[in-house]
Amino acid sequence: MWRRPFPWFIVAAALLYALYPYFADDVGLRESLLLAAVYIILASNLNLMIGYAGYVNFGNIVFFGLGGYVCLYLVTALQWNVIPAALVAGVAVSALALLFGLGILRLRGAFFALATIGVNQAIQQLVVNFEPWGGATGIYLSLDSYGSLGGPMQALWTTYLLIVAVTAASLLASYAIRNSKFGLGLLAIGQNEDAASVLGVPTPLYKAMVYSASAFLPAVAGGLYFFKSGIIEPTSAFNLQTSIEAIVMVMLGGSGTILGPALGAFLYEELRGFLLTAQSFSQFQLVIAGALLLLIVQFVPGGLLGWLHQHWPKTRRWLE
Amino acid sequence: MIGILASVIDGILIGAVYGLAAMGLTLIWGVMNVINLAHGAIVVIGMFVLYTVANMLGLHPYGAVPLMIVFGFVVGIALYWIGVHRMIGRPELMSLLSTFALNMVLIGLGTAWWTTSPYNVQVSMPGVSWRGYTFTGTHITAAALAVVIAGLLYLLLYHTRIGKAVRAVATNREAAELCGIPTTQVLAMAFGLGVALAGVSGTLIATMFPFTVLSGEAYQLKSFVVTVLGGLGNPAGALMGGIALGLIEGLATPFMPLSWIPIVEFGLFVFCLIAFPRGIFSFTKA
Amino acid sequence: MSTLLEVSRVSKRFGGLQAVDRLSLTVNEGEILGLIGPNGAGKSTVFNLINGVYPPDSGKVFFAEQDITGGPPYRVCGHGIARAHQIVQPLGGLSVLDNCTVGACFGREALPLAAARKVAREVIDMIGLGDRAGAPAGSLTTAGKKRLELARALSARPRLLLLDEVLAGLNPTETEGMIETVRKIRDNGVAILMIEHIMRAVMSLSDRIVVLNLGAKLAEGSPREVADNPDVIAAYLGDSKLLSAAEKPA
Repeated sequence: MWRRPFPWFIVAAALLYALYPYFADDVGLRESLLLAAVYIILASNLNLMIGYAGYVNFGNIVFFGLGGYVCLYLVTALQWNVIPAALVAGVAVSALALLFGLGILRLRGAFFALATIGVNQAIQQLVVNFEPWGGATGIYLSLDSYGSLGGPMQALWTTYLLIVAVTAASLLASYAIRNSKFGLGLLAIGQNEDAASVLGVPTPLYKAMVYSASAFLPAVAGGLYFFKSGIIEPTSAFNLQTSIEAIVMVMLGGSGTILGPALGAFLYEELRGFLLTAQSFSQFQLVIAGALLLLIVQFVPGGLLGWLHQHWPKTRRWLE
Repeated sequence: MIGILASVIDGILIGAVYGLAAMGLTLIWGVMNVINLAHGAIVVIGMFVLYTVANMLGLHPYGAVPLMIVFGFVVGIALYWIGVHRMIGRPELMSLLSTFALNMVLIGLGTAWWTTSPYNVQVSMPGVSWRGYTFTGTHITAAALAVVIAGLLYLLLYHTRIGKAVRAVATNREAAELCGIPTTQVLAMAFGLGVALAGVSGTLIATMFPFTVLSGEAYQLKSFVVTVLGGLGNPAGALMGGIALGLIEGLATPFMPLSWIPIVEFGLFVFCLIAFPRGIFSFTKA
Repeated sequence: MSTLLEVSRVSKRFGGLQAVDRLSLTVNEGEILGLIGPNGAGKSTVFNLINGVYPPDSGKVFFAEQDITGGPPYRVCGHGIARAHQIVQPLGGLSVLDNCTVGACFGREALPLAAARKVAREVIDMIGLGDRAGAPAGSLTTAGKKRLELARALSARPRLLLLDEVLAGLNPTETEGMIETVRKIRDNGVAILMIEHIMRAVMSLSDRIVVLNLGAKLAEGSPREVADNPDVIAAYLGDSKLLSAAEKPA
């Protein structure tokens, strides 16, 4: 993989993305780039399910929220450093996802989609009632928690850099999977699951593996993000609307491609930012997202990248 | 003990309305292989139609029922052309996302218009007393109306030419087209019918309980549980499944906090899907 | 010749219909077994039972002495059985090359990606789709899709190939070409179990033929024996008495 130019391009872009606001010491830019980075992580990992395997995970936000909770619990209750805590959160959540996945991935289409919403709602409800994790109030971080990263101000920069690293990892993982045997099997499943099975693709295993894989980096990101925010509570951690927006981002940019979800996430964030400032539109966020999704699915199902590939086939090679 | 029995009977009454809602969902799936993720939003539309009719226009609440059937039918046809028509025959993923997008738009508009505050429509109907327990009049009326509407659906599907056309298209669209049936229009009408059923069930639910713009989600889950119990594409099974779900809720409500019920239903949903992929009550449709 | 596939008294019922009734058959290494019978005789169902799409109600299926009854399909594939379907199932959004690479990656040999791609290339060239290798599978003509179906099955380098009406819908030239291809496949050491309606092809290709009617075995033997069997003729034409007036098949 490292012999091709594309992965290096991602690394270069990530370095630029990370270091530019750092050296410019631009906090405002950092914050908006951070949010965009988180959305890119959510969208590109979701793309593994939607774009490769063809399963819509409506409740994808649950990985992010659970990762946040596990990480913050380890930091506050067990005094862990945030970096190992976030990694352990990632492993724990993807292990749980593997378990859940083996069950709910027997379901097809809309049933799977609804089941993922159910998982999100059920876990949210469980967390609300779970005292060790703060119940409905959630977990607060005191300023001392940031001591391990050199104090609050430094910690904000460090977590930003770490999150950008996770973003780069997400894109690289997408690329690696797509060019692997595993990825080919997933794509076959996405095209025609029964035919794939007859061709020898071990469908139940692969589906569970991709579900689990798609949970890891969002969980790590969740850990880092909520650490930086200093607080996590059930409503924002398992916010279904964010989950849904991630789907729109994937479809907007082009599902099944590497850069598509990243592009879609970025554009959607810009659009949202623009709409939110225009006061009258803030209520219509969901409507606009819905209308956008409707138009994309009906007229440009391949998203932006799909459209580009169709009209300028040369772009297929370098704009994956 | 009587208390539990009363709860169960009440559950069965409400279950009939669940069944009606699920019939709308399952009809659409059976005819055109589209799982309508805007189902919850349509139930909400039905609820607010009741509010508009009763509280804003001052008309008799039950007048909203026939109104909603007609309105729902028209809205359904419109929704078909806006969001479903181009998805027929495409991979299931696409129609899922399309109907989901419709859901987002509808709920978004609803939230903008009505916000997420709770609404309530007071409907007074004389109840029935038995052994010290009163069965609310609205529940009984709603159940009765649900059964009547289901009966009308049966008559439509099995004793009219249009119904026959719908069943023909559901069985084999190409063959139906070759027989001269304008299948696209039939699909639009079937979608309209499904939406009408879902919408009017929302109207009936609103006669019984307070609601918000976000209430649809819970009822959408219930409808899915019911279709799984009754088998997709099977309206009769949907009605029975609805009553079964109402029964289960009636049994569960005395014993657990309200907020846990959706989780139990979700668990039931996943369990049934894995254990009974064809539905528990499914008769013919494979 | 040793027995490769052994189907032993399998039965399958769908609601009121007994689709397959206590059927037994064997396919030996290196042979072509034709499976014929009137429409609705249960032939595709037999394929589904062999390749594990659903399990039989009773009976067993053995492949190379191993019990493969009940599937799941991907496990059966791993044993070395590949299938070309009657109603083609291309992975439409993937290229022709990718389609066959899937076959090579997940078939019996479970090749890594690069090696699989090479095998896929060879098979595609052999079967005549070489110039369309990069095209999306969905864009092929029906005949092209049928060839892809076959190529994909071959990419898995199976020991047994299940062919379900691969000649349907082909013009005479294409049919000749396909018959030659099937013969070449067998000569390369792959056993073949083929469902066919085109009698000329079945008769000339098959080493042995099994005739199915109403789910049960009606007759079995060499092409000649089967063609002369009055029960077979009756099953196809409906009335053996008609035969005294009609000509026997050549």
